[in-house]
Amino acid sequence: MAEPLLSVRDLVVEFPTRKGVLRAIDKVSFDIAEGEVLGMVGESGAGKSITGTAIIGLIEPPGRIAGGEIWLKGKRIDNIAPEAMRRVRGRRIGMVFQDPLTSLNPLYTVAQQLIETIRSHLDVSEKEARARAVALLDRVGIPAAARRIDDYPHHFSGGMRQRVVIALALCAEPELVIADEPTTALDVSVQAQIIDVLKEICAERGAAVMLITHDMGVIAETADRVAVLYAGRLAEIGPVRDVIQKAEHPYTQGLMGSIPTLAQESDRLVQIPGSMPRLNAIPEGCAFNPRCEHAFERCFRERPDPLDRGTGRRVACWLYDRVGAGA
Amino acid sequence: MLAFIIRRLFQSVIVMLAVALVSFSLFRFVGDPIASMVGQETTLAERAALRDALGLNDPFLVQFWSFVARAAQGDFGISYRLQQPVMELILSRLPATLELAMISGIFAFLFGVGFGVYTALKRRGWLSNAIMTVSLIGVSLPTFLIGVLLIWVFAVELQMLPSFGRGDVVPVGDWWRTGLLTQSGRMSLILPAITLGLYQMTLIMRLVRAEMLEVLRTDYIKFARARGLTNRAVNFGHALKNTMVPVITITGLQLGSIIAFSIITETVFQWPGVGALFIRSVQFVDVPVMAAYLMLIALIFVVINLIVDLLYYAVDPRLRVSRSHARH
Repeated sequence: MAEPLLSVRDLVVEFPTRKGVLRAIDKVSFDIAEGEVLGMVGESGAGKSITGTAIIGLIEPPGRIAGGEIWLKGKRIDNIAPEAMRRVRGRRIGMVFQDPLTSLNPLYTVAQQLIETIRSHLDVSEKEARARAVALLDRVGIPAAARRIDDYPHHFSGGMRQRVVIALALCAEPELVIADEPTTALDVSVQAQIIDVLKEICAERGAAVMLITHDMGVIAETADRVAVLYAGRLAEIGPVRDVIQKAEHPYTQGLMGSIPTLAQESDRLVQIPGSMPRLNAIPEGCAFNPRCEHAFERCFRERPDPLDRGTGRRVACWLYDRVGAGA
Repeated sequence: MLAFIIRRLFQSVIVMLAVALVSFSLFRFVGDPIASMVGQETTLAERAALRDALGLNDPFLVQFWSFVARAAQGDFGISYRLQQPVMELILSRLPATLELAMISGIFAFLFGVGFGVYTALKRRGWLSNAIMTVSLIGVSLPTFLIGVLLIWVFAVELQMLPSFGRGDVVPVGDWWRTGLLTQSGRMSLILPAITLGLYQMTLIMRLVRAEMLEVLRTDYIKFARARGLTNRAVNFGHALKNTMVPVITITGLQLGSIIAFSIITETVFQWPGVGALFIRSVQFVDVPVMAAYLMLIALIFVVINLIVDLLYYAVDPRLRVSRSHARH
């Protein structure tokens, strides 16, 4: 296999608090290949967003990356100088945040924000930057882009603003775009459009996408592979089709069972009993053990590391470590 | 936009009328002006004639109207104490006060914003903590005490700066005499300007710090960092500009109170400005001067408020009326 675009190795993110150190991310490892779309799912607080923020080096102090490595095309980026990291942000890794209403500075026009970003990273003239900005706005689907580029953010609707945010994330031609719940704050009717725009434009430019969401439907349609996070740990990762059709980790199984389908004639959706543990109360062994119906003695004693299950799948569950015994 | 300005101007006129009413009432309720104008041997008939000649027997509204009409033309009558036209007196004293207020306003704004931004960006630094602690003193010490302390340290002990007066002044134009163009004038300005501006500076600093911390937490600042903008662009281009919106209001209003509060500083430093003139006038119940001073301060406040509102429009595009395409 070729060298991955992004490689996260045993990432640990900690937040010191008065009650002790909280581990928001605990030894998470995954790769993203060039041009690939990796979905990242999990409940609120599972560490999806923090993983994205850690990759671009913007964890708010006193939080910090306490262990592990992040590699971008064979170069470590988690321990480089702030100025070098600034050049990575925007230029090599773009980011789209959840709420387009608050992502844009209200006091600057869209043109000012785009041109500023382009010229921070690329050596182009003001005029050239503006031409690129207009072309990009047109591409993300802003009508009359040449005229509307001089409008302020408050002149745009939520969906249009998220298109502007996508343009901003892509304007310096990054190789990877981290989209942190890009549609959660939007109207249902425009969610699909935004995902389509993001997917198409990244495919055109060969940019990989790390799509953070809790919408399994979006993942199923968009992603090549999917990573499932639970309590700051990687539960399962693999090709999206395999994971959805044959989920192996009991948590993923529960997650899939909770998606409503029209074909199914069941009265009730499956729900996972209990709730995700708080970060300061993660049980010994497997973090999922209090809610898992298959849990056995080893699950309470030892923490499972993701086991290689072939065809690019890894599952962190002791069920698959028993010799001769499957699921 | 034009409608807004007209509306604000209309409101300003109402405010001025209300202040004029208060000023005018001074004449009626702070003693009998005739008594302070005539000698003891004036007969009752002569007094009545004078009263009639001055229009003091006219109905209230007529008198008020003629007061407003004359005030609008800059005529506030003759000072009881100095027997000079009030307007002339005030105009001769105004440059001293305006120069002092302007310099201390600039001092308060520059250092207030500078310290505020610094302490917001370097929240945990020892220097920030030191500045914040010292600023507490600035907020809690009364102006006259700061003035006296500064005089003691810099004028009496160190003998570096003059302790009173305006130094040498030179005329600029017809009635403006400035102290800014002479060495002794500038030296004399330092202590009073710091005294007058210190409180405002700490206020602006604390406001800038609080606003800046608030802005630095917003999504658009996080997004600006995620776009790979330099710290400089994020902190000063994006964060500071958003911080300035509320700061402008407070600073503008503070400028008004700097002029109004200059009374105390002018007294401490024997600064020959309108504040000192006002204090004298109060001692001698010189009603025309007091009334004119009141009107002047009100006018300054009203004008500053108007300018602040217009500045809002310049800084914040959301307040501008959209060019008819806010539909998407």
